[in-house]
Amino acid sequence: MTTHWDSLPGEMQKRLYQELVNQVKPRPPVLRNAGAAFAVGGLISVLGQLIQNFFLARGLTLLDAGAATAATLVFLAALSTGLGLYDELARFAGAGAIVPITGFANSMVAPAMEYRTEGLVLGVGARLFTVAGPVLVFGIFTAWAVALLYHFLLRP
Amino acid sequence: MIFLKAFLVGGLLCVVAQLLMDLTSYKITPAHILVGFVAGGALLSALGLYQPLVNFAGAGATVPLTGFGHLLAQGAMEGVRQKGALGAFTGGVAATAAGITAAVVFGYLAALLFRPRG
Amino acid sequence: MGIAAKKIGQQTYFFHQPPVILSTATIVGPKEGQGPLGHTFDKVVEDPYYGEKSWEKAEQRMLEEAMQKALQKANLAPQNVDFLLAGDLLNQIIAADFTARVLGIPFLGLYGACATMYEGMALAAMLIDGGFAEYVLLGASSHFSTAERQYRYPTEQGVQRPMSAQWTVTGAGAMLLARQGAGPVVTHATVGRVVDLGSADPNDMGAAMAPAAADTIARHLEDTGRVPGDYDLFLSGDLGAYGLALANKIVEQKGYQIAGHFNDCGLLIYHHQRQDTHAGGSGCACSAVVTCGYLMQEMAAGRLRRVLGIGTGALFSKCSSLQGETIPGIAHAVAIEAR
Repeated sequence: MTTHWDSLPGEMQKRLYQELVNQVKPRPPVLRNAGAAFAVGGLISVLGQLIQNFFLARGLTLLDAGAATAATLVFLAALSTGLGLYDELARFAGAGAIVPITGFANSMVAPAMEYRTEGLVLGVGARLFTVAGPVLVFGIFTAWAVALLYHFLLRP
Repeated sequence: MIFLKAFLVGGLLCVVAQLLMDLTSYKITPAHILVGFVAGGALLSALGLYQPLVNFAGAGATVPLTGFGHLLAQGAMEGVRQKGALGAFTGGVAATAAGITAAVVFGYLAALLFRPRG
Repeated sequence: MGIAAKKIGQQTYFFHQPPVILSTATIVGPKEGQGPLGHTFDKVVEDPYYGEKSWEKAEQRMLEEAMQKALQKANLAPQNVDFLLAGDLLNQIIAADFTARVLGIPFLGLYGACATMYEGMALAAMLIDGGFAEYVLLGASSHFSTAERQYRYPTEQGVQRPMSAQWTVTGAGAMLLARQGAGPVVTHATVGRVVDLGSADPNDMGAAMAPAAADTIARHLEDTGRVPGDYDLFLSGDLGAYGLALANKIVEQKGYQIAGHFNDCGLLIYHHQRQDTHAGGSGCACSAVVTCGYLMQEMAAGRLRRVLGIGTGALFSKCSSLQGETIPGIAHAVAIEAR
C-alpha cells in the first residue's frame, strides 16, 4: 500500500519518518555493554586497590596513598593511550574504561596527541583540556559551592 | 575482601554510566558522563553519603570519577573548616593536585612521545 | 516559465552529447584494501600517514596521486584539462585546495559532504555538454582519522561507537570526463534538493540522508519517465545498512519498487562483521572509490549496462550539531551507461 508521501504535510512526513527511523535503528546491546563495563570498571578499581595497598605498605598515609594511586593510574592510562591500547579497551568496555580516573587521563592525552601537529602551545597545550576542562570546571565549581554552603549554613 | 568490594562497587558505578549512555539520548556523550560523575560525586560527598562508600569499597569508590568529585568537595570543606570562606577557594584543587598534575605532565609527555595510530 | 533546452522535468539534465568517462583512478587505505573490493583499487596504501607528518597531508597526497593517475591513464597533462572540480570533508576543503595548488588546473572547489563526487560528476558533465570544456578532471577524498577528529573524537580517545555509526573511508577517487573518446558515458544528472526530516543524531547519518536519496531517486524516475527496470543497479553513496532500508521504504511510499537492485557503496566496501565497521562505510571517498573502481570495472566487464549512481551527503558540522540543529541530507544522481 502506498500513501501519497509527497502530498503529506511536512510535519506529518517528519513524524512518520522518525517513527520509521525508530523501528529501523539498531538498539545498543545493553546487557553485553553493561557486563563489559562492570567487569572492566571493576578490574580497574581492583588495580587501584592493589596500588593503594602497595603505597600504604610503604608507610604512606591514607590520603597520600590515594594521591599516589591516582598519579600512578594516570601514568598507566597516558602510557596505554600513547601505545594505542586504551581506545581499544574503551571500544570493548565503554563506560568501564571512561568512568575510572584512567578514562579522565585518556580524555586529556588523546586530544593532546592528536593535535600535536598543530604545535606545542595551541595544539598540545590547549587541547589537553578539551574534555578535562569541562570536568574540572564543573567539579571545582560544585566543590566550591558546597563548601561555601557548608560554611554559611553550618558554620563549622 | 576489600578487593571484592572494590570490584563490585567500581564495576557498578561504571554500569550506571553505561546505562545512562545506552538508554538515554545520543546527546549524552562520554564528556557529559564524566562531568556528571564529578559533580554528582561532589554533591553526594557534601551530603555525607560518599565517605561511607569509600570506607566500604576503598578504591572501588575512589577510582571512578565520582571519587574525584568527592575529593574536591572534601578538600574544599576541609579548607572552609581551617580558613573560613577562603578555604572554599583553596581546598578543592589542593586535595586533587596529584591527579591533576599527573594528568597534565604525563599527558603532555605522552603527546610528545607518541603519535596517534588512527 | 523559461524552458531550458537540456532540462527535463524539475531537476534533471539530459546530455545530448553524453560526456565520456575517459579514465578513473583510486587509492585507498589498509582497511579498504582488506575489504571485499580490495582488488578493484589501483593502489592500497598500508600506512594511514602515507609517509606524511599528518593525516591531513596524507589525505591530500592520496587525492593528488589519484588525480595524477587518472591523467596518466588518459595520456593527458594538466595543461590539457579545462577544469578541476574537487572537494573533501576537511575545513575549507584543504585536501582539494592543495591538490589544485600542485596541478595548476583552473579549479572550482566543491563541498557536498559525502555527495561531493556526484556533485562533481553532474557539474563536469554540464560543463562539457554545455560547450565550456573539452576535459574536466574531478575527484573527492576522505580519511578516517581526519574525519574522526573533524566530526567526532580524537582517534585515541576511548569511546564506544553505536551500532548505527559508520566508518569513514580512507582514500581518494578521481575521474576524467571528456567530450569525446571511449568509455562509459554520463547521460543524465539529477541535482538533489536538500531534505531534512528531523534526524539529528550525528552517529546515525544514514537516517539523515535516506530521505534525500529517496527524493532524488523518485524525482529522477519521474523527470525521465524511466521505470526502475531501466536500470541494472541503483547505487547510493554511503547510506549504510539502516539508511538503505529507510530509503527503500520511502522510495516505495513514493510509488516505485527498486528494492531488488538497490545497493550502497558503504555496504560493498567492508566486511562489516569482521572489520567492525557497524552500519557501513561513509565519507567522500566511499562513493568516489567504489564508483571509480568497482562500478567502472563491472561496466567494462559488461555485467552492468546502465546504473544510477546516487551520491549522498549529510550537511552538518560539529558546530551545527552542538547548536541543536537537525541534519539536512543531499543526494545527487548521475546516470551512467556502458558504451
